[in-house]
Amino acid sequence: MIQWFEYVQVGVAIVAGLLCLVLGLAGRTPNDYTLGATVLVEILLIAQLVVAVIAPATGNLPTGSGLEFWVYLLSAVLIPPAAIFWALIDRNRWSTAILGVACLAVAVMLVRMGQIWFVQVA
Amino acid sequence: MANNGSSRAVGVGRVLIAVYAILALAATARSFVQIVGKFDVAPIAYLLSALAGVVYILATVALLRKGDAWYRVAWITIIFEFVGVITVGTLSVLDPVLFPSDTVWSVFGRGYVFIPFVLPILGMLWLYRRRPAAALPPAADSNDAR
Repeated sequence: MIQWFEYVQVGVAIVAGLLCLVLGLAGRTPNDYTLGATVLVEILLIAQLVVAVIAPATGNLPTGSGLEFWVYLLSAVLIPPAAIFWALIDRNRWSTAILGVACLAVAVMLVRMGQIWFVQVA
Repeated sequence: MANNGSSRAVGVGRVLIAVYAILALAATARSFVQIVGKFDVAPIAYLLSALAGVVYILATVALLRKGDAWYRVAWITIIFEFVGVITVGTLSVLDPVLFPSDTVWSVFGRGYVFIPFVLPILGMLWLYRRRPAAALPPAADSNDAR
């Protein structure tokens, strides 16, 4: 994991999540902006996947459990596509809100992944 | 899916189901990590985590499916979760040694922003509102179905 990239990624996921949640509660059906924001979150997750594969080879190793980190990352990668799939088959305001919930869940998981990689309090 | 009177997957309930699905994934994935990585540390707590994960999956499915049987399964699984989070939450506060801090239900789900504590309550409210008899007239929920 690269720290600045994690911060950017968490920031994007939070902004995308709030955007989708607000637009969903405002009654918008999934559109290019909300779906696009969720796709962006997914693309960054795939970039993170690549980073996490390469980083250990350059001496950037997780300070915590690698297993836990990877389970988080692989779970996170699954969430936006599931929400997008839902938004495409069931087009209403609540599927926009679900895109938001998915992005915010990814943000939380990224913060936790950052803790596993960089910070060990225990 | 939108105007199906017998289904729980309508209106804001969709968001509830999505949160359930994420929690199911989180709980199952975490218990997988715990059981594979450090099962000997706290076998009972980790097995309970795994059980909780499976029950969350079952609850998600039951909320998505139609029919009275699934409605009953949804009630049973959600009550199970509620009892679980109350029991384990209380025990983990009274006796921290019994439950290491990293299970879904420890300290009322603190590791998950207390979502495991709030979710069964919202789930039961939702199930009550969508009970089969009340769900028949589509007009009854027209204000939140879309």
